[in-house]
Amino acid sequence: MTVTITVNGTDHTLDVDPATPLLYVLRDDLELNGAKYGCGLGQCGACTVHIDGKPAFSCLTPVGAVAGRRIRTVEGLGSTQAPGLLQQAFETEQAAQCGYCIAGMLMRAQALLDRNPDPDEAQIRAHMQTNLCRCGTHMRILRAIRRAVAMRKGIQAAQEARP
Amino acid sequence: MKRIRWTGWLTGGALVCFVGLGAFLGIAHRSGLPAVPLPKADTFPAEMLSHGAALAAIGDCIVCHTADGGVAYAGGRALATPFGTLYSTNITPDPETGIGNWSKEAFKRAMRDGVSRDGRHLYPALPYDHYRQVHDGDIDAIYAFLMTRQAASAPAKTNELIFPLGFRPLLAGWKLLFLHQEVFTPRPDRDAEWNRGAYLAEGLGHCSGCHSPRNIAGAEKTGSDAYSGGVAEGWVAPALNGSSPSTVRWTADNLFTYLRTGVDGHHGAAAGPMGPVVHGLSRAPEADVRAIATYIASLSADRASKAPAAADRAAEASRANPAGATLFAGACAGCHEGGAPMMTEGRPGLSTVTALQLDRPDNAVRAILQGIHAPTGPAGPAMPPFAASLTDKQVADLAAYLRSRFSDRPAWTALETAAATVRKEESQP
Repeated sequence: MTVTITVNGTDHTLDVDPATPLLYVLRDDLELNGAKYGCGLGQCGACTVHIDGKPAFSCLTPVGAVAGRRIRTVEGLGSTQAPGLLQQAFETEQAAQCGYCIAGMLMRAQALLDRNPDPDEAQIRAHMQTNLCRCGTHMRILRAIRRAVAMRKGIQAAQEARP
Repeated sequence: MKRIRWTGWLTGGALVCFVGLGAFLGIAHRSGLPAVPLPKADTFPAEMLSHGAALAAIGDCIVCHTADGGVAYAGGRALATPFGTLYSTNITPDPETGIGNWSKEAFKRAMRDGVSRDGRHLYPALPYDHYRQVHDGDIDAIYAFLMTRQAASAPAKTNELIFPLGFRPLLAGWKLLFLHQEVFTPRPDRDAEWNRGAYLAEGLGHCSGCHSPRNIAGAEKTGSDAYSGGVAEGWVAPALNGSSPSTVRWTADNLFTYLRTGVDGHHGAAAGPMGPVVHGLSRAPEADVRAIATYIASLSADRASKAPAAADRAAEASRANPAGATLFAGACAGCHEGGAPMMTEGRPGLSTVTALQLDRPDNAVRAILQGIHAPTGPAGPAMPPFAASLTDKQVADLAAYLRSRFSDRPAWTALETAAATVRKEESQP
Protein backbone atom coordinates (compact mmCIF):
# COMPACT_ATOMS: atom_id res chain seq x y z
CA MET A 1 0.00 0.00 0.00
CA THR A 2 1.34 3.46 -0.80
CA VAL A 3 1.28 6.32 1.68
CA THR A 4 2.22 9.92 0.87
CA ILE A 5 3.70 11.96 3.70
CA THR A 6 5.06 15.52 3.76
CA VAL A 7 8.33 15.83 5.66
CA ASN A 8 10.09 19.18 6.06
CA GLY A 9 8.09 20.51 3.12
CA THR A 10 8.83 17.64 0.72
CA ASP A 11 6.27 15.00 -0.35
CA HIS A 12 7.34 11.37 -0.26
CA THR A 13 5.25 8.51 -1.65
CA LEU A 14 6.23 5.23 -0.07
CA ASP A 15 5.21 1.63 -0.50
CA VAL A 16 4.79 0.73 3.15
CA ASP A 17 2.47 -0.99 5.65
CA PRO A 18 0.39 1.90 7.08
CA ALA A 19 0.83 0.46 10.59
CA THR A 20 4.63 1.02 10.40
CA PRO A 21 5.76 3.57 13.00
CA LEU A 22 6.59 6.93 11.42
CA LEU A 23 10.02 6.77 13.12
CA TYR A 24 11.00 3.69 11.11
CA VAL A 25 9.93 5.33 7.87
CA LEU A 26 11.87 8.51 8.66
CA ARG A 27 15.04 6.63 9.53
CA ASP A 28 14.95 3.61 7.22
CA ASP A 29 13.22 4.92 4.10
CA LEU A 30 13.96 8.66 4.14
CA GLU A 31 17.34 8.41 5.89
CA LEU A 32 16.42 11.23 8.25
CA ASN A 33 18.32 9.80 11.21
CA GLY A 34 17.90 12.71 13.64
CA ALA A 35 14.93 11.26 15.50
CA LYS A 36 16.05 8.30 17.63
CA TYR A 37 14.52 5.07 18.84
CA GLY A 38 14.71 5.26 22.63
CA CYS A 39 12.06 3.21 24.39
CA GLY A 40 9.51 2.56 21.67
CA LEU A 41 6.80 3.14 24.30
CA GLY A 42 6.27 6.90 24.19
CA GLN A 43 7.99 7.33 27.54
CA CYS A 44 11.34 8.99 26.68
CA GLY A 45 10.79 11.47 23.86
CA ALA A 46 13.93 10.69 21.81
CA CYS A 47 11.73 10.13 18.73
CA THR A 48 9.85 13.45 18.99
CA VAL A 49 8.91 15.15 15.71
CA HIS A 50 6.25 17.74 14.86
CA ILE A 51 2.95 16.71 13.32
CA ASP A 52 1.04 19.78 12.14
CA GLY A 53 3.22 21.88 14.45
CA LYS A 54 2.67 19.80 17.58
CA PRO A 55 5.26 17.55 19.21
CA ALA A 56 4.47 13.84 18.92
CA PHE A 57 6.19 10.53 19.57
CA SER A 58 7.02 9.18 16.10
CA CYS A 59 7.68 5.69 17.53
CA LEU A 60 3.96 5.38 18.37
CA THR A 61 2.59 7.12 15.29
CA PRO A 62 1.46 4.79 12.51
CA VAL A 63 2.64 6.28 9.22
CA GLY A 64 -0.81 5.78 7.75
CA ALA A 65 -2.18 8.17 10.38
CA VAL A 66 -0.11 11.11 9.16
CA ALA A 67 -0.74 10.89 5.41
CA GLY A 68 -1.23 14.41 4.10
CA ARG A 69 -0.17 16.07 7.39
CA ARG A 70 2.87 18.31 7.90
CA ILE A 71 5.77 16.49 9.53
CA ARG A 72 8.86 18.35 10.68
CA THR A 73 12.01 16.68 11.93
CA VAL A 74 15.20 18.07 13.45
CA GLU A 75 16.65 18.18 9.95
CA GLY A 76 13.98 20.80 9.22
CA LEU A 77 15.36 23.17 11.87
CA GLY A 78 18.71 23.73 10.15
CA SER A 79 21.85 21.96 8.99
CA THR A 80 25.41 21.55 10.27
CA GLN A 81 26.43 24.44 8.02
CA ALA A 82 23.45 26.62 8.82
CA PRO A 83 22.06 25.60 12.24
CA GLY A 84 18.76 27.08 13.37
CA LEU A 85 18.59 29.47 16.30
CA LEU A 86 17.63 26.80 18.84
CA GLN A 87 20.32 24.48 17.51
CA GLN A 88 22.91 27.27 17.90
CA ALA A 89 21.79 27.80 21.48
CA PHE A 90 22.10 24.06 22.23
CA GLU A 91 25.60 24.09 20.74
CA THR A 92 26.71 27.18 22.67
CA GLU A 93 25.45 25.73 25.94
CA GLN A 94 26.97 22.34 25.06
CA ALA A 95 23.59 20.87 25.94
CA ALA A 96 24.38 17.48 24.44
CA GLN A 97 26.43 14.87 26.25
CA CYS A 98 25.95 11.59 24.36
CA GLY A 99 23.42 13.38 22.16
CA TYR A 100 20.92 10.57 21.83
CA CYS A 101 17.99 12.54 23.28
CA ILE A 102 18.90 15.87 21.69
CA ALA A 103 16.93 15.69 18.45
CA GLY A 104 13.82 14.96 20.51
CA MET A 105 14.67 17.71 22.99
CA LEU A 106 15.12 20.21 20.15
CA MET A 107 11.81 19.35 18.54
CA ARG A 108 9.96 19.40 21.85
CA ALA A 109 11.45 22.81 22.74
CA GLN A 110 10.91 24.21 19.23
CA ALA A 111 7.20 23.38 19.46
CA LEU A 112 6.98 25.49 22.61
CA LEU A 113 8.88 28.43 21.11
CA ASP A 114 6.72 28.33 17.97
CA ARG A 115 3.62 28.67 20.12
CA ASN A 116 5.06 30.95 22.81
CA PRO A 117 8.27 32.80 21.88
CA ASP A 118 8.79 34.08 25.43
CA PRO A 119 7.99 31.25 27.86
CA ASP A 120 8.80 31.59 31.56
CA GLU A 121 10.83 29.03 33.47
CA ALA A 122 7.76 27.16 34.77
CA GLN A 123 6.31 26.89 31.27
CA ILE A 124 9.60 25.59 29.88
CA ARG A 125 9.94 23.00 32.62
CA ALA A 126 6.33 21.82 32.35
CA HIS A 127 6.63 21.55 28.58
CA MET A 128 9.94 19.66 28.60
CA GLN A 129 8.84 17.20 31.29
CA THR A 130 8.02 14.40 28.85
CA ASN A 131 11.56 14.19 27.43
CA LEU A 132 14.29 12.33 29.28
CA CYS A 133 18.10 12.56 29.12
CA ARG A 134 19.92 9.60 30.64
CA CYS A 135 23.18 11.58 30.82
CA GLY A 136 21.41 14.09 33.03
CA THR A 137 22.01 17.23 30.96
CA HIS A 138 18.54 18.63 31.71
CA MET A 139 19.97 21.76 33.34
CA ARG A 140 22.07 22.52 30.26
CA ILE A 141 19.09 21.87 28.01
CA LEU A 142 16.97 24.30 30.02
CA ARG A 143 19.77 26.86 29.79
CA ALA A 144 19.94 26.39 26.02
CA ILE A 145 16.21 27.02 25.68
CA ARG A 146 16.49 30.19 27.76
CA ARG A 147 19.42 31.25 25.57
CA ALA A 148 17.36 30.72 22.42
CA VAL A 149 14.60 32.91 23.86
CA ALA A 150 17.14 35.64 24.65
CA MET A 151 18.81 35.33 21.23
CA ARG A 152 15.50 35.79 19.45
CA LYS A 153 14.76 38.89 21.54
CA GLY A 154 18.22 40.25 20.72
CA ILE A 155 17.71 39.75 16.99
CA GLN A 156 14.27 41.35 17.21
CA ALA A 157 15.65 44.36 19.12
CA ALA A 158 18.46 44.77 16.58
CA GLN A 159 15.95 44.67 13.73
CA GLU A 160 13.74 47.24 15.39
CA ALA A 161 16.72 49.50 16.09
CA ARG A 162 17.68 49.51 12.40
CA PRO A 163 16.69 52.83 10.80
CA MET B 1 -65.13 47.93 42.93
CA LYS B 2 -63.34 45.46 40.76
CA ARG B 3 -60.29 47.68 40.81
CA ILE B 4 -60.27 47.74 44.57
CA ARG B 5 -60.44 43.95 44.69
CA TRP B 6 -57.51 43.67 42.29
CA THR B 7 -55.52 46.12 44.36
CA GLY B 8 -56.39 44.09 47.42
CA TRP B 9 -55.17 40.91 45.81
CA LEU B 10 -51.98 42.57 44.71
CA THR B 11 -51.31 44.00 48.14
CA GLY B 12 -52.04 40.66 49.78
CA GLY B 13 -49.83 38.84 47.29
CA ALA B 14 -46.99 41.25 47.82
CA LEU B 15 -47.37 40.86 51.57
CA VAL B 16 -47.20 37.06 51.30
CA CYS B 17 -44.13 37.29 49.09
CA PHE B 18 -42.54 39.75 51.44
CA VAL B 19 -43.24 37.64 54.51
CA GLY B 20 -42.10 34.51 52.65
CA LEU B 21 -38.90 36.17 51.58
CA GLY B 22 -38.36 37.46 55.08
CA ALA B 23 -38.92 34.00 56.57
CA PHE B 24 -36.61 32.48 53.98
CA LEU B 25 -33.88 34.99 54.64
CA GLY B 26 -34.40 34.38 58.35
CA ILE B 27 -33.75 30.68 57.84
CA ALA B 28 -30.96 31.40 55.39
CA HIS B 29 -29.20 33.82 57.68
CA ARG B 30 -26.21 32.43 59.52
CA SER B 31 -24.31 34.70 61.83
CA GLY B 32 -20.58 35.25 61.62
CA LEU B 33 -18.34 33.68 64.22
CA PRO B 34 -15.61 35.74 65.91
CA ALA B 35 -12.12 35.83 64.46
CA VAL B 36 -9.52 34.24 66.72
CA PRO B 37 -5.74 34.48 66.75
CA LEU B 38 -3.91 31.71 64.87
CA PRO B 39 -3.30 28.85 67.32
CA LYS B 40 0.38 28.13 67.86
CA ALA B 41 1.63 24.90 66.31
CA ASP B 42 2.82 23.55 69.68
CA THR B 43 -0.72 23.68 71.06
CA PHE B 44 -1.49 20.58 68.98
CA PRO B 45 -0.09 17.22 70.08
CA ALA B 46 2.14 15.51 67.51
CA GLU B 47 -0.16 12.47 67.25
CA MET B 48 -3.08 14.76 66.48
CA LEU B 49 -1.14 16.33 63.60
CA SER B 50 -0.11 13.01 62.08
CA HIS B 51 -3.68 11.74 62.49
CA GLY B 52 -4.95 14.89 60.77
CA ALA B 53 -2.43 14.44 57.94
CA ALA B 54 -3.63 10.88 57.32
CA LEU B 55 -7.28 11.96 57.33
CA ALA B 56 -6.61 14.89 55.02
CA ALA B 57 -4.94 12.46 52.60
CA ILE B 58 -8.02 10.22 52.64
CA GLY B 59 -10.30 13.24 52.22
CA ASP B 60 -8.02 14.52 49.45
CA CYS B 61 -8.47 18.14 50.54
CA ILE B 62 -5.33 19.11 48.64
CA VAL B 63 -6.73 18.15 45.25
CA CYS B 64 -9.54 20.68 45.05
CA HIS B 65 -7.82 23.25 47.27
CA THR B 66 -4.65 23.56 45.17
CA ALA B 67 -4.39 25.23 41.77
CA ASP B 68 -2.23 23.65 39.07
CA GLY B 69 1.31 24.55 40.03
CA GLY B 70 0.03 26.57 43.00
CA VAL B 71 0.86 26.49 46.71
CA ALA B 72 -0.62 23.48 48.52
CA TYR B 73 -4.05 24.24 50.06
CA ALA B 74 -4.04 27.87 48.82
CA GLY B 75 -7.09 27.21 46.60
CA GLY B 76 -7.82 28.76 43.23
CA ARG B 77 -8.51 25.54 41.37
CA ALA B 78 -11.37 25.87 38.89
CA LEU B 79 -14.11 23.30 39.45
CA ALA B 80 -16.37 22.93 36.44
CA THR B 81 -19.94 22.08 37.48
CA PRO B 82 -23.19 21.94 35.51
CA PHE B 83 -24.02 25.25 37.23
CA GLY B 84 -20.88 27.13 36.20
CA THR B 85 -17.32 27.35 37.43
CA LEU B 86 -16.46 27.49 41.11
CA TYR B 87 -13.02 28.31 42.44
CA SER B 88 -11.78 26.54 45.53
CA THR B 89 -10.72 28.77 48.39
CA ASN B 90 -7.56 29.19 50.41
CA ILE B 91 -7.51 26.84 53.41
CA THR B 92 -3.97 27.66 54.52
CA PRO B 93 -3.72 29.46 57.90
CA ASP B 94 -3.32 32.90 56.31
CA PRO B 95 -5.46 35.24 58.47
CA GLU B 96 -6.50 37.56 55.63
CA THR B 97 -7.17 35.25 52.69
CA GLY B 98 -7.17 31.78 54.29
CA ILE B 99 -8.62 30.29 57.46
CA GLY B 100 -5.93 31.54 59.86
CA ASN B 101 -8.45 33.35 62.06
CA TRP B 102 -11.00 30.55 62.12
CA SER B 103 -11.76 28.89 65.43
CA LYS B 104 -12.18 25.15 65.73
CA GLU B 105 -15.93 25.78 65.99
CA ALA B 106 -15.99 27.84 62.80
CA PHE B 107 -14.09 25.08 60.98
CA LYS B 108 -16.48 22.43 62.29
CA ARG B 109 -19.47 24.49 61.18
CA ALA B 110 -18.01 24.79 57.68
CA MET B 111 -17.39 21.05 57.51
CA ARG B 112 -20.81 20.08 58.89
CA ASP B 113 -23.17 22.86 57.77
CA GLY B 114 -21.33 24.38 54.84
CA VAL B 115 -21.16 27.85 56.37
CA SER B 116 -18.09 30.09 56.20
CA ARG B 117 -16.76 31.79 59.35
CA ASP B 118 -18.32 35.08 58.22
CA GLY B 119 -21.74 33.41 57.93
CA ARG B 120 -21.87 32.99 54.14
CA HIS B 121 -23.24 29.71 52.82
CA LEU B 122 -20.68 27.56 51.03
CA TYR B 123 -21.47 25.71 47.81
CA PRO B 124 -21.90 21.95 48.14
CA ALA B 125 -18.85 21.43 45.91
CA LEU B 126 -17.40 21.22 49.41
CA PRO B 127 -18.94 17.84 50.22
CA TYR B 128 -20.27 18.81 53.64
CA ASP B 129 -23.09 16.33 53.09
CA HIS B 130 -20.33 13.74 53.57
CA TYR B 131 -18.30 15.58 56.19
CA ARG B 132 -21.36 15.69 58.45
CA GLN B 133 -20.76 12.00 59.00
CA VAL B 134 -17.24 12.55 60.37
CA HIS B 135 -16.54 12.32 64.12
CA ASP B 136 -15.69 15.47 66.09
CA GLY B 137 -12.22 14.23 66.98
CA ASP B 138 -11.34 13.66 63.32
CA ILE B 139 -12.53 17.11 62.28
CA ASP B 140 -10.42 18.56 65.11
CA ALA B 141 -7.37 16.66 63.86
CA ILE B 142 -7.84 17.98 60.32
CA TYR B 143 -8.22 21.48 61.75
CA ALA B 144 -4.92 21.04 63.61
CA PHE B 145 -3.26 19.74 60.44
CA LEU B 146 -4.49 22.63 58.28
CA MET B 147 -3.63 25.28 60.89
CA THR B 148 -0.02 24.09 60.88
CA ARG B 149 0.48 24.24 57.09
CA GLN B 150 2.47 26.98 55.39
CA ALA B 151 0.31 30.10 55.20
CA ALA B 152 -0.06 31.59 51.73
CA SER B 153 -1.75 34.79 50.72
CA ALA B 154 -4.22 33.93 47.96
CA PRO B 155 -7.51 35.83 47.74
CA ALA B 156 -10.52 33.87 46.51
CA LYS B 157 -11.29 34.10 42.81
CA THR B 158 -14.78 35.14 41.77
CA ASN B 159 -17.06 32.22 40.88
CA GLU B 160 -18.72 32.18 37.47
CA LEU B 161 -22.16 30.70 38.13
CA ILE B 162 -25.37 30.79 36.15
CA PHE B 163 -27.99 33.27 37.42
CA PRO B 164 -29.24 33.34 40.19
CA LEU B 165 -26.93 30.86 41.89
CA GLY B 166 -24.43 33.56 42.81
CA PHE B 167 -26.98 34.54 45.50
CA ARG B 168 -25.74 32.38 48.36
CA PRO B 169 -28.82 32.48 50.64
CA LEU B 170 -30.44 30.16 48.05
CA LEU B 171 -28.10 27.47 49.34
CA ALA B 172 -30.14 27.41 52.54
CA GLY B 173 -32.99 25.97 50.44
CA TRP B 174 -30.67 23.32 49.00
CA LYS B 175 -29.60 22.38 52.50
CA LEU B 176 -33.23 22.15 53.71
CA LEU B 177 -33.85 19.64 50.95
CA PHE B 178 -30.64 17.65 50.89
CA LEU B 179 -28.54 18.14 54.00
CA HIS B 180 -29.86 15.64 56.54
CA GLN B 181 -26.90 13.34 57.07
CA GLU B 182 -25.94 12.33 60.61
CA VAL B 183 -22.65 11.38 62.20
CA PHE B 184 -21.75 7.85 61.07
CA THR B 185 -23.07 5.01 63.19
CA PRO B 186 -21.49 1.59 62.72
CA ARG B 187 -23.59 -1.33 61.56
CA PRO B 188 -23.59 -4.03 64.23
CA ASP B 189 -23.97 -6.84 61.65
CA ARG B 190 -20.66 -5.90 60.00
CA ASP B 191 -17.14 -6.30 61.31
CA ALA B 192 -14.86 -3.52 62.48
CA GLU B 193 -12.89 -3.30 59.22
CA TRP B 194 -16.02 -2.92 57.11
CA ASN B 195 -17.36 -0.24 59.47
CA ARG B 196 -14.06 1.62 59.40
CA GLY B 197 -14.13 1.51 55.60
CA ALA B 198 -17.74 2.66 55.45
CA TYR B 199 -16.96 5.54 57.82
CA LEU B 200 -13.99 6.70 55.73
CA ALA B 201 -15.61 6.16 52.32
CA GLU B 202 -18.93 7.79 53.22
CA GLY B 203 -17.38 10.57 55.27
CA LEU B 204 -14.04 12.11 54.42
CA GLY B 205 -13.42 9.96 51.34
CA HIS B 206 -16.74 11.09 49.78
CA CYS B 207 -16.43 8.32 47.15
CA SER B 208 -20.09 8.55 46.14
CA GLY B 209 -19.57 12.24 45.35
CA CYS B 210 -18.35 11.03 41.95
CA HIS B 211 -19.53 7.40 41.83
CA SER B 212 -23.24 8.19 42.40
CA PRO B 213 -25.47 10.03 39.92
CA ARG B 214 -26.74 13.48 40.89
CA ASN B 215 -30.22 14.95 40.62
CA ILE B 216 -31.19 18.15 38.84
CA ALA B 217 -30.20 20.22 41.88
CA GLY B 218 -26.77 18.63 41.96
CA ALA B 219 -27.44 16.50 45.04
CA GLU B 220 -26.38 12.87 45.10
CA LYS B 221 -29.05 10.29 44.45
CA THR B 222 -29.28 7.79 47.26
CA GLY B 223 -30.93 4.44 47.96
CA SER B 224 -30.59 1.96 45.11
CA ASP B 225 -29.06 4.70 42.92
CA ALA B 226 -26.13 5.15 45.30
CA TYR B 227 -22.86 4.08 43.67
CA SER B 228 -24.58 3.35 40.36
CA GLY B 229 -22.02 5.51 38.57
CA GLY B 230 -21.56 9.22 37.98
CA VAL B 231 -19.45 11.75 36.14
CA ALA B 232 -16.41 13.74 37.28
CA GLU B 233 -14.68 16.36 35.16
CA GLY B 234 -15.84 14.70 31.97
CA TRP B 235 -14.75 11.21 33.06
CA VAL B 236 -17.25 8.49 33.83
CA ALA B 237 -16.93 7.37 37.44
CA PRO B 238 -18.00 3.74 36.98
CA ALA B 239 -20.69 2.11 39.07
CA LEU B 240 -19.34 0.42 42.18
CA ASN B 241 -22.57 -1.33 43.15
CA GLY B 242 -24.11 -4.43 41.60
CA SER B 243 -24.31 -2.68 38.21
CA SER B 244 -20.51 -2.39 38.02
CA PRO B 245 -19.47 -2.86 34.37
CA SER B 246 -16.10 -4.48 35.09
CA THR B 247 -15.44 -7.90 33.56
CA VAL B 248 -13.85 -9.16 36.76
CA ARG B 249 -15.64 -8.57 40.04
CA TRP B 250 -13.79 -6.21 42.36
CA THR B 251 -12.45 -7.96 45.44
CA ALA B 252 -11.08 -6.22 48.50
CA ASP B 253 -7.59 -7.35 47.49
CA ASN B 254 -7.57 -5.99 43.96
CA LEU B 255 -9.31 -2.80 45.10
CA PHE B 256 -6.58 -2.33 47.68
CA THR B 257 -3.91 -2.76 45.00
CA TYR B 258 -5.73 -0.32 42.72
CA LEU B 259 -6.25 2.33 45.39
CA ARG B 260 -2.70 1.99 46.65
CA THR B 261 -0.77 1.79 43.35
CA GLY B 262 -3.12 3.23 40.73
CA VAL B 263 -3.38 0.02 38.72
CA ASP B 264 -4.93 -3.39 39.10
CA GLY B 265 -4.28 -6.26 36.70
CA HIS B 266 -7.99 -6.96 36.23
CA HIS B 267 -9.54 -3.50 35.83
CA GLY B 268 -7.14 -0.88 34.56
CA ALA B 269 -5.29 2.20 35.70
CA ALA B 270 -6.59 5.17 37.67
CA ALA B 271 -7.03 8.10 35.31
CA GLY B 272 -8.55 11.57 35.33
CA PRO B 273 -9.80 12.70 38.75
CA MET B 274 -9.16 9.22 40.18
CA GLY B 275 -5.41 9.82 39.82
CA PRO B 276 -5.22 12.33 42.69
CA VAL B 277 -7.39 10.03 44.83
CA VAL B 278 -4.81 7.28 44.41
CA HIS B 279 -2.03 9.77 45.06
CA GLY B 280 -3.61 10.54 48.45
CA LEU B 281 -4.35 6.91 49.29
CA SER B 282 -0.86 5.74 48.31
CA ARG B 283 0.41 7.53 51.41
CA ALA B 284 -2.55 7.06 53.75
CA PRO B 285 -2.37 4.44 56.52
CA GLU B 286 -2.45 0.99 54.93
CA ALA B 287 -5.11 -0.35 57.30
CA ASP B 288 -7.44 2.52 56.35
CA VAL B 289 -7.00 1.86 52.62
CA ARG B 290 -7.67 -1.85 53.20
CA ALA B 291 -10.81 -0.93 55.14
CA ILE B 292 -12.05 1.31 52.30
CA ALA B 293 -11.34 -1.52 49.82
CA THR B 294 -13.30 -3.97 51.98
CA TYR B 295 -16.30 -1.64 52.17
CA ILE B 296 -16.34 -0.71 48.48
CA ALA B 297 -15.90 -4.34 47.38
CA SER B 298 -18.93 -5.26 49.50
CA LEU B 299 -21.11 -2.90 47.44
CA SER B 300 -20.91 -5.20 44.40
CA ALA B 301 -20.79 -8.49 46.30
CA ASP B 302 -24.11 -9.53 44.77
CA ARG B 303 -23.05 -9.39 41.12
CA ALA B 304 -20.55 -12.27 40.93
CA SER B 305 -22.51 -14.18 38.28
CA LYS B 306 -23.52 -11.19 36.20
CA ALA B 307 -20.01 -10.17 35.12
CA PRO B 308 -19.62 -10.00 31.34
CA ALA B 309 -17.09 -12.44 29.92
CA ALA B 310 -13.72 -11.02 28.89
CA ALA B 311 -13.57 -10.76 25.11
CA ASP B 312 -10.75 -10.66 22.57
CA ARG B 313 -11.91 -11.05 19.00
CA ALA B 314 -8.99 -9.68 17.03
CA ALA B 315 -9.94 -11.17 13.66
CA GLU B 316 -13.59 -10.05 13.66
CA ALA B 317 -12.68 -6.60 14.93
CA SER B 318 -10.06 -6.18 12.19
CA ARG B 319 -12.61 -7.10 9.53
CA ALA B 320 -15.17 -4.69 10.97
CA ASN B 321 -12.73 -1.81 11.59
CA PRO B 322 -9.65 -2.22 9.37
CA ALA B 323 -8.60 1.41 9.86
CA GLY B 324 -8.81 1.01 13.63
CA ALA B 325 -6.86 -2.24 13.48
CA THR B 326 -4.03 -0.52 11.59
CA LEU B 327 -3.90 2.32 14.12
CA PHE B 328 -3.90 -0.19 16.98
CA ALA B 329 -1.01 -2.11 15.42
CA GLY B 330 1.06 1.04 14.96
CA ALA B 331 0.18 3.04 18.05
CA CYS B 332 -0.99 0.65 20.78
CA ALA B 333 0.26 -2.90 20.20
CA GLY B 334 3.78 -2.18 21.48
CA CYS B 335 2.31 -2.02 24.99
CA HIS B 336 -1.16 -3.56 24.78
CA GLU B 337 -0.86 -6.58 22.46
CA GLY B 338 -0.33 -9.99 24.06
CA GLY B 339 3.39 -10.59 24.64
CA ALA B 340 4.28 -6.87 24.77
CA PRO B 341 6.76 -6.04 27.55
CA MET B 342 4.12 -4.18 29.57
CA MET B 343 1.87 -7.24 29.57
CA THR B 344 4.51 -9.25 31.42
CA GLU B 345 4.48 -6.76 34.31
CA GLY B 346 1.01 -7.59 35.59
CA ARG B 347 -0.65 -4.70 33.76
CA PRO B 348 -4.26 -5.31 32.71
CA GLY B 349 -5.05 -6.72 29.30
CA LEU B 350 -7.50 -4.53 27.39
CA SER B 351 -10.24 -7.17 27.56
CA THR B 352 -10.48 -6.55 31.32
CA VAL B 353 -10.05 -2.76 31.22
CA THR B 354 -13.29 -1.26 32.56
CA ALA B 355 -13.08 1.83 30.33
CA LEU B 356 -13.86 -0.37 27.30
CA GLN B 357 -16.95 -1.86 28.99
CA LEU B 358 -18.70 1.40 29.92
CA ASP B 359 -21.88 2.55 28.19
CA ARG B 360 -20.15 5.80 27.25
CA PRO B 361 -16.83 6.08 25.38
CA ASP B 362 -15.62 9.13 27.31
CA ASN B 363 -12.95 7.42 29.40
CA ALA B 364 -11.46 5.50 26.48
CA VAL B 365 -11.44 8.60 24.26
CA ARG B 366 -9.91 10.72 27.02
CA ALA B 367 -7.22 8.17 27.79
CA ILE B 368 -6.27 8.01 24.09
CA LEU B 369 -6.17 11.78 23.62
CA GLN B 370 -4.79 12.91 26.97
CA GLY B 371 -2.89 9.82 28.10
CA ILE B 372 -2.69 8.64 31.69
CA HIS B 373 -0.42 10.37 34.16
CA ALA B 374 1.08 8.07 36.77
CA PRO B 375 -0.61 9.16 40.00
CA THR B 376 2.01 7.67 42.31
CA GLY B 377 5.10 8.99 40.55
CA PRO B 378 7.36 7.72 37.76
CA ALA B 379 7.00 4.02 38.67
CA GLY B 380 3.22 4.14 38.33
CA PRO B 381 1.07 3.35 35.31
CA ALA B 382 1.46 5.91 32.52
CA MET B 383 0.27 6.19 28.94
CA PRO B 384 1.39 8.81 26.44
CA PRO B 385 -1.20 11.17 24.95
CA PHE B 386 -2.11 10.78 21.28
CA ALA B 387 -3.81 14.13 20.71
CA ALA B 388 -0.98 15.37 18.49
CA SER B 389 -0.63 12.27 16.35
CA LEU B 390 -4.23 11.10 15.83
CA THR B 391 -7.11 13.05 14.30
CA ASP B 392 -10.63 12.91 15.76
CA LYS B 393 -11.64 10.49 12.99
CA GLN B 394 -8.66 8.26 13.80
CA VAL B 395 -9.44 8.33 17.53
CA ALA B 396 -13.01 7.34 16.62
CA ASP B 397 -11.81 4.46 14.41
CA LEU B 398 -9.45 3.26 17.11
CA ALA B 399 -12.07 3.44 19.87
CA ALA B 400 -14.59 1.58 17.70
CA TYR B 401 -12.00 -1.15 17.05
CA LEU B 402 -11.15 -1.45 20.76
CA ARG B 403 -14.82 -1.71 21.68
CA SER B 404 -15.57 -4.39 19.12
CA ARG B 405 -12.42 -6.40 19.89
CA PHE B 406 -12.41 -6.27 23.68
CA SER B 407 -16.09 -6.00 24.66
CA ASP B 408 -19.35 -7.81 23.97
CA ARG B 409 -21.32 -4.65 24.59
CA PRO B 410 -23.07 -2.53 21.93
CA ALA B 411 -20.90 -0.38 19.66
CA TRP B 412 -20.30 3.21 20.78
CA THR B 413 -21.85 5.99 18.73
CA ALA B 414 -20.85 9.61 17.97
CA LEU B 415 -17.20 8.82 18.69
CA GLU B 416 -15.82 11.56 16.47
CA THR B 417 -17.92 14.16 18.31
CA ALA B 418 -16.71 12.77 21.64
CA ALA B 419 -13.10 13.13 20.50
CA ALA B 420 -13.68 16.68 19.26
CA THR B 421 -15.28 17.63 22.59
CA VAL B 422 -12.33 16.35 24.62
CA ARG B 423 -9.84 17.96 22.27
CA LYS B 424 -11.45 21.37 22.74
CA GLU B 425 -10.52 21.21 26.43
CA GLU B 426 -6.88 20.48 25.61
CA SER B 427 -4.69 23.42 26.43
CA GLN B 428 -1.37 21.60 26.25
CA PRO B 429 0.25 21.14 22.82
